[in-house]
Amino acid sequence: MMSSEYNKRLDRRGFDETRLIEAKAGVIKKADGSAMFRIGKTTAYAAVYGPRELHPKHLQNPKTGILRCNYNMMPFSAEERVRPGPSRRSKEISMVTEKALLPVVNLEDYPNAVVDVFIELTETDAGSRCAGICAASIALADAGITMKDMVSAVSVGVINHQIVVDLDGEEEHLTNLDVADIPIAMVPSTEEITLLQMDGKASKEELLKAIEIVKPVLRRITETQRKALKEKYKGQGGL
Amino acid sequence: MGDGKLLVKEKDVVVPGEVLATGMGYLPGHGTYRDDNKIIANRLGLLIVEGKVLKTVPLTGRYLPKKNDVIIGKVIDILMSGWKLEINSPYPAVLPLKDASFSYIAKDADLTKYFELDDYVVMKITNVTSQKLVDVTCKGQGLHKLRGGRIIHVNTHKVPRIIGKKGSMISMIKKATNCKVIVGQNGIVWISGEPEMELITVNAIKMIEEQSHMSGLTEKVKAYLEKATGKKLEISVKD
Repeated sequence: MMSSEYNKRLDRRGFDETRLIEAKAGVIKKADGSAMFRIGKTTAYAAVYGPRELHPKHLQNPKTGILRCNYNMMPFSAEERVRPGPSRRSKEISMVTEKALLPVVNLEDYPNAVVDVFIELTETDAGSRCAGICAASIALADAGITMKDMVSAVSVGVINHQIVVDLDGEEEHLTNLDVADIPIAMVPSTEEITLLQMDGKASKEELLKAIEIVKPVLRRITETQRKALKEKYKGQGGL
Repeated sequence: MGDGKLLVKEKDVVVPGEVLATGMGYLPGHGTYRDDNKIIANRLGLLIVEGKVLKTVPLTGRYLPKKNDVIIGKVIDILMSGWKLEINSPYPAVLPLKDASFSYIAKDADLTKYFELDDYVVMKITNVTSQKLVDVTCKGQGLHKLRGGRIIHVNTHKVPRIIGKKGSMISMIKKATNCKVIVGQNGIVWISGEPEMELITVNAIKMIEEQSHMSGLTEKVKAYLEKATGKKLEISVKD
């Protein structure tokens, strides 16, 4: 392990400071609900279709509706061209996104039906799965789906024992330092953690500390998500 | 504890997860739930306070069938003893033989004589089960098969605005254009009249849909109709 400390971030952000966040609801007209979520140079678009009839019929569940998520990086979204179509990575992220959102969505209200979520990334610079989850959460609310709360997500890193919120691409690829990348998604009202992954090495203490540090950050992201929704429906009072 | 405290103003836009009230003084209604001593919104909508009950009226989302709604549907399948109709919702509706017509239909009759595939029908929902099986009837005033005319789709949550207070908006459009117009609660609208007038009706309805939250809408629609049809409308406008 290197002994040098990581005491200043490459882009001079504070250690608990995220990149610039921008969120907008209702960006795709044909979808039942949609949203854009941008964090720094990572942009995710989410479109929600449904609840709608589920085919083939044997997938239907009379007790509850089902949620289907699809994460996709556009070919031009990264430094190197991304081969179109599902990959091992995109399938995994689709799956964890679905599991991150499932605890808040009241799917029992839609028996035998399906809610489809499509997440497209137009530019990526680390933290794309978190951006996708944030966008999907706004889009689900925009589609009028009943849900207990929103889900907010951000990645947190441990670089040479220093905890750093929202790694960017440059920090993620530091080779001379020990970097751990930990994407976290949380339900703000209950503080339930619905996504926790780790790439790299960090001690148990560091991980627990990282989770504590990221909580207030996630709350701020939730506020941004709510504001995006309220902005779209502003002034729609009365009948 | 005892009395409750309302944290959001009535008719404000609320988003999933937003705390609406604290304490035990209020009761959770549609679109809200209780968590300990908090009442939280579980869908995007407008907050309505009815005495002690808090509920949200949805602003977005698919049409969910409700008993006694008058809707328009399209025949998508012919069953052994009835018809299956698409009603712009996650769940199809079933029109049973005995509810299809006032006259007796024999069990082995050719059902296409009454309703053919792709026919549009005005009908009323008689029952919705917990599994969202929808039963409809064609027996009743103004319920029948639609012949000629054109179909347009509108946002189901804007239907009350298109109809107006006691049908004021829709009757103004009908008077100005001499078209027959039927607005289904599910957002399917049938228009029949002179081709040019049908177009004016479509434009007027689209205008209401886009500007539903603006004040003085009736006045604007009236001005548009007068200009487009070249007729003077003698309707007192109360918004």
